[in-house]
Amino acid sequence: MTWITACKIDDIEQESVIRFDHGSRTYAIYRGPDDSVYCTAGLCTHEAIHLADGLVMDFEVECPKHSGAFDYRTGEALRLPVCDNLKTYPTEVVDGVVHVAIS
Amino acid sequence: MDGIIIIGAGECGTRAAFALREAKYSGAITLIGAEPHLPYERPPLSKPTGDLAEMKLICTSDALASAGIDYLQGSSASKLDSETGAVILNDGRALTYEKLLFATGARPRKLTCPGAELALDFRTYADAEMIFSRMGKGLRVVIIGGGLIGMELASVLRGKDITVDVIESAPKPLGRAVPMRFAEKLFARHIAEGVGFHLGRGVAAINSFSVTLTDGTMVPADLVVSVIGVLPETTLAEAAGLMTGNGIQTDIYLRTNMPNIFAAGDCAAVAQPGGGYIRYETWRNARVQAETAARNMAGSAEAFTTLSWFWSDQYDLNLQVAGLPQPTHQCVLRSLPAGELEFYLDNGRLVAAAALGSGNSLAKDIKLAERLIAAGIHPDPAALADPRANLKMFLKSVRAA
Repeated sequence: MTWITACKIDDIEQESVIRFDHGSRTYAIYRGPDDSVYCTAGLCTHEAIHLADGLVMDFEVECPKHSGAFDYRTGEALRLPVCDNLKTYPTEVVDGVVHVAIS
Repeated sequence: MDGIIIIGAGECGTRAAFALREAKYSGAITLIGAEPHLPYERPPLSKPTGDLAEMKLICTSDALASAGIDYLQGSSASKLDSETGAVILNDGRALTYEKLLFATGARPRKLTCPGAELALDFRTYADAEMIFSRMGKGLRVVIIGGGLIGMELASVLRGKDITVDVIESAPKPLGRAVPMRFAEKLFARHIAEGVGFHLGRGVAAINSFSVTLTDGTMVPADLVVSVIGVLPETTLAEAAGLMTGNGIQTDIYLRTNMPNIFAAGDCAAVAQPGGGYIRYETWRNARVQAETAARNMAGSAEAFTTLSWFWSDQYDLNLQVAGLPQPTHQCVLRSLPAGELEFYLDNGRLVAAAALGSGNSLAKDIKLAERLIAAGIHPDPAALADPRANLKMFLKSVRAA
């Protein structure tokens, strides 16, 4: 498992998401309403749309295009048209800095 | 008589088939699709990312099989005998049903001028394949119809450096479904991108090298595409004695005048609480009506309600419209770094919202606006206009109240 430094927690508004690119991959990093931090694959499993443009409500992110939704804590697909779950990655916050394990 | 037959395997018919299983319907389901493909999504046809037409399937054949949906690909219904409850297919076979869903969609309106047959339609994958396979440098394309599909096609073709002329009989393009401010901004962008416009004039004739307008102007054309709107596909329903107008008429439960026959999607004209019928032509409507009709066919009695919503991609701009903005509404503008939002208030109540911005950057604001509309809020217009006022806070204050 490779831990990388992604961003500061203050770069993400509460109950919101930002895009994080690393190497050739893109990820989405979320800050929940309770300030917990999560990371998933960056693109919706339906049509490769950046979830960072999606709406975060509680622990759900809604794809900006087709309104498919995921639980960003587990990656679980919650609402059609998405059927495939999102890949998730472990995160930890140390001194306000978000680290993601993207092996 | 047993089972459910769905006529039409577009977004609506296919969604209904799966939604019947989700509603625990256990009888036979037959999905009749006229096109020689698995069910596919239509919106990507006018927004291809590569050089060729793209087919995005709605589902795999495995998914259909494992849901127990009998998909009749390349098959069409030529007659409906509602007395005996049978559909006659184009190959002569008769299938009986207990309940039937019309999801026949819409077909392109046709030009009637001399040479009209030279204009290509743009509705199906086959249409898209035909159009995009002929694209090449130096080609001159004339698009007849300045609606959303025509303007999306214009933006795709300009991206390929193809000469594009748009002919529209109204004084401005996008006048029908797009709020005026955003229609004008999109129009200006198309002009900046080099699209030629011929407005306020109709088409008098088409030949293999030009389009002649009603004022005599000749517009050179190697390829002509006609996108002047669609008509609901009601032929079969009408012949079977169903009530039709601008679409197959249904009650609020999406039931036609025959109690075991339902209609949904682009072909359905749904009764409104205040009287009259409304027919929608959007992807979301196709899916939500499919789901409502499926649940009602499986035994529920659920009235159809949804907020109209659509988006359009042109160049790097994304337009989103939620609800039905009317000129009589009070309009509140919010300017953001990535674009603009407009909110529409009817006697103080938020009823619609629209956005035009780069990429998908304003999508989340529209999603929040949809929730605010559903919550029935009467927001302070000054706060709505203030980009520093977080829309999520409006929602939280409703929930807290």
